[in-house]
Amino acid sequence: MSFINKPKVRHPDLPQNQLGLTRRDYEGAMSTLCAGCGHDSVTSSITQAIWELNLRPEQLAKLSGIGCSSKTTAYFASGAHGFNSVHGRMPSIAAGANAANKDLHYIGVSGDGDSLSIGFGQFAHAIRRNVNMLYICENNGVYGLTKGQFSASADIGTRSKKGEENRQAPVDPCLAALSLGGSFIARSFSGDREQLVPLIKAGLMHKGFAMIDVISPCVTFNDHVGSTKSYEFTREHYHEAVHTDYIPARTEITASYGAGEVLPVQMHDGSQLRLRKLDKDYDPNHRGKAFEYLRTRLRQGEHVTGLIFLSPGHDPDMHEMLHTTDVPLNQVPYEQLHPGAAGLASILKRYA
Amino acid sequence: MTVPPTDTSHPDYFHRVVDCQWACPAHTDVPEYIRLIALGQFSDAYIVNRESNVFPGILGRVCDRPCEPACRRGRVEDKPVAICRLKRVAADHKDDISSRLPVIPAQKNGRKVACIGAGPASLTVANDLLPLGYEVVVFEQWDKPGGLMRTNIPAFRLPETVLAEEIGYIEQMGAQIRYNSRIDSLRQLLETGGFDAVFVGSGAPKGKELKLPGRTEGGANIHIGINWLESVAFKHLDRIGEKVLIIGVGNTAMDCCRSSLRLGAREVKVMARKPRQFFKASEWELEDAESENVEIVVNHSPKAFVVEDGKLKGMLFEQMAYDFDGRGRITAERVTGETFIAADDVILAIGQENAFPWIENDLGIEFDQWHVPVVDVTTHQSTRPGVFFGGDAAFGPKNIIWAVEHGHQAAISIHNHCMGQPVTERLPPTLNLSSRKMGLHEWSYKNDYNPVERRLVPHVSLVERFKKISIEVELGFDAEQTAKEVERCLNCDIQTVFEAKACIECDACIDICPTDCLTITQNGEEAELSQRLKAPRKHPHQPLYVSAPLKHTGRVMVKDEDLCVHCGLCAERCPTAAWDMQKSKINLPHANDHQWPSPQQRKTA
Ligand SMILES: Cc1cc2nc3c(=O)[nH]c(=O)nc-3n(C[C@H](O)[C@H](O)[C@H](O)COP(=O)(O)OP(=O)(O)OC[C@H]3O[C@@H](n4cnc5c(N)ncnc54)[C@H](O)[C@@H]3O)c2cc1C
Ligand SMILES: Cc1ncc(C[n+]2csc(CCOP(=O)(O)OP(=O)(O)O)c2C)c(N)n1
Ligand code: SF4
Ligand code: SF4
Ligand code: SF4
Ligand SMILES: [Mg+2]
Repeated sequence: MSFINKPKVRHPDLPQNQLGLTRRDYEGAMSTLCAGCGHDSVTSSITQAIWELNLRPEQLAKLSGIGCSSKTTAYFASGAHGFNSVHGRMPSIAAGANAANKDLHYIGVSGDGDSLSIGFGQFAHAIRRNVNMLYICENNGVYGLTKGQFSASADIGTRSKKGEENRQAPVDPCLAALSLGGSFIARSFSGDREQLVPLIKAGLMHKGFAMIDVISPCVTFNDHVGSTKSYEFTREHYHEAVHTDYIPARTEITASYGAGEVLPVQMHDGSQLRLRKLDKDYDPNHRGKAFEYLRTRLRQGEHVTGLIFLSPGHDPDMHEMLHTTDVPLNQVPYEQLHPGAAGLASILKRYA
Repeated sequence: MTVPPTDTSHPDYFHRVVDCQWACPAHTDVPEYIRLIALGQFSDAYIVNRESNVFPGILGRVCDRPCEPACRRGRVEDKPVAICRLKRVAADHKDDISSRLPVIPAQKNGRKVACIGAGPASLTVANDLLPLGYEVVVFEQWDKPGGLMRTNIPAFRLPETVLAEEIGYIEQMGAQIRYNSRIDSLRQLLETGGFDAVFVGSGAPKGKELKLPGRTEGGANIHIGINWLESVAFKHLDRIGEKVLIIGVGNTAMDCCRSSLRLGAREVKVMARKPRQFFKASEWELEDAESENVEIVVNHSPKAFVVEDGKLKGMLFEQMAYDFDGRGRITAERVTGETFIAADDVILAIGQENAFPWIENDLGIEFDQWHVPVVDVTTHQSTRPGVFFGGDAAFGPKNIIWAVEHGHQAAISIHNHCMGQPVTERLPPTLNLSSRKMGLHEWSYKNDYNPVERRLVPHVSLVERFKKISIEVELGFDAEQTAKEVERCLNCDIQTVFEAKACIECDACIDICPTDCLTITQNGEEAELSQRLKAPRKHPHQPLYVSAPLKHTGRVMVKDEDLCVHCGLCAERCPTAAWDMQKSKINLPHANDHQWPSPQQRKTA
């Protein structure tokens, strides 16, 4: 916790986006997280991404649960909408908000505890429903906020700060999402901004549920020797399988790649993703192979990162499946929104 | 080729970060005195100043202030800290400091030094040598000390009382100033004076001429600026005509035009050959003159003085037009016409030159083709050992603060010379760093960025100020202005010090830095590396810090010192204390730091 506030003064030549805003304009409150926490780096990547996407803060809804990671939403885009739910309930809040207004961009930030322990059921159903949102799991292998107990993502054999070893099998959020039908599944590292920023942009622009598991070291309770989620261990066991470049709509594409190296993917808003395979044999469009690849590497103690899986087909999102209204509920006229006594009676008659 | 790790152990590295101190010729410890003013310790602030610049009250009013254009605050925002005006606050509000002047030993060291001219350069030599037991005799042609500070800088900018007080301290320390004692032969002084060393601080006393038709015929109403100002200062002259033209647009011109207004002129025009961007006068001097309704006329080149019936009527000018290149330099000039401008008096303010008619040319003192003496820039020794030059006499006209610094450097040489040491044997500058960390999230300094804008110094009203030439136009800052202005200083001497071994590359510092000074990246060629910084490198002459390779990835920490506001957030947010905030103190040796055994002592030992 810092007691010096970040002053408003900025570099006079900071670049502006198409809205005339600088990156500093997308900042939030001063972080109260521990100095050096990976989560703060993720905050910074999110800030960078939404600035680069030229989003107005009020086009954004930030949702979170409980945990150090869940505090992240307070630290970027002060002007955005936001909801901080009870522990593990962020996915439901996100689904509800999205049902009411599909025009906003939803960004949920959670932790490994919030998502994989108490909120695991919620997490699973948001994927099933393919809620159109970006879901970031800041994964540090511990419950940071409650002082460093092992979380459900702790690897077998990893050691706590006091030296105990974890014996329980971990839940890997990417494997879980792959098996639940997620349409955009990625993993990254808080310390690799070049990888993370384009992934956040792609995830926000992806239509459907986009999950990024971000290894985000807990500098206070899980950054020691023996931890498999420390800065040092992550850097040593880091394997980027696919690098994603995000190309905004109407950008001339200049880079040229050898055949087979790059998969161009058209996004619904006209932007393009270019997936550069760093591992030739890897196919990020094949759910089964992705699952296999990930599991094999995990067994070898490697963190596979990059855009692990992007569904090749069209996966309908929650609104398409439920045939809900395109118009945000707050814009539907009262008369239409409210069936009236007669209308209600006729609806009820259907269940008589 | 990658950039090698920056060597911060060289004192210049952190000294350069304190932009104001680095830019000040005498390297005044500005942030330290500003903090003392903030604490209300005006006398302490004055003493800190005096140690390096000797005349804080004078300089707090009329210094050329090279520190201000250099000040970091001026890069982060528009306007620098009002460093100079804060110096005046310390001088105006201090208590009696006479007991804190350097102690003068009762036992003298038996060495005698002559200084020629009682300007700031000579007075500084005396100030530095008297505490070491020297006998210092200053020869001055006039009956008052101060040099151009008294004879040329008008009293409405620099009151006589301030001059008297600060020169008084040096007399109090034992300087023997011989007034009305012009030196007319250096040979005589050297041969019969009995001095161990001679310092020439006689200034650049010759005003430049403008030889045009009519110069002799109209002579009675055509004046050389510095001589005219001198006559005004000595009250030999107290009137001028209604219409006055000043030729030239440097600082002397500004003093001439404003003085004219106080001696009865109604219409004063400053005539410039070139457009405004080529003016030599400081921006603030131009502003002050223009606020007094002086008209500055550009692109007029003097052609002739117009004299009728033996009386000056005015001047003929050629109207000029210029072509510029992409960098704003003049590539061609043309005359587009001619105009006559009426005038009762004309003052020539087109520059000054050295003149040493009293230095015989067979003394072994060499001069170059412009009659400037050949003087070593470090030691200030001329080609004749034991004869030293400083101030305007050494390298042509500069300013007071340079004269002071020359005095300090010459004093070291004189001391070495008298003690039988080579004049080149000089102590190097040193720098101490001490951490400001008190505990977790606890620092023994405060650096909240205060966005307050530069305070404006109040001026005496336009009606009031013309009543007497001695009315000082600028008033000092009041208490409230001072309190705000001190907050604008960024404490650049609270340095960010990096320990590459400790860094875990968590990016906390990179993310928190408000001005995006920090980047962790692959090392590379400097020019190419500069392209990869988190924010554009605005001023490439500002230092770039590059760390040793970081242990996890081998990348490097890069800091562009340019826009760092010294808020300390990098150190505050670093989990491993790889960044620390440490106060730097630069020690620049003066004569009294050069402690040599005296020649007699060495003989007996
Ligand atoms: C109009 C004008 C305005 C200026 N305004 C500023 C300003 O605002 N700020 C600033 O920093 N600088 C200003 N300057 C410049 C500044 O005054 C000089 O650079 C500075 O005074 C030089 O100091 P000095 O000790 O070298 O010599 P000087 O100040 O020139 O002193 C030389 C002294 O030597 C004496 N002398 C000369 N020859 C002999 C001799 N043969 N025997 C005995 N005595 C002799 C002279 O009488 C004089 O007293 C200004 C200059 C001028 C002309
Ligand atoms: C219903 C409920 N149960 C338990 C808690 C206690 N609790 C607070 S945060 C947390 C775990 C947070 O872990 P994670 O989501 O990984 O966040 P981190 O702090 O590690 O970023 C727990 C168990 C709670 N706040 N509410
Ligand atoms: S306890 Fe861990 S997760 Fe929480 S803020 Fe501190 S470093 Fe981050
Ligand atoms: S901000 Fe203060 S310390 Fe820094 S250059 Fe300006 S006056 Fe000097
Ligand atoms: S905060 Fe400290 S440990 Fe983290 S990157 Fe900066 S210097 Fe390194
Ligand atoms: Mg956690």
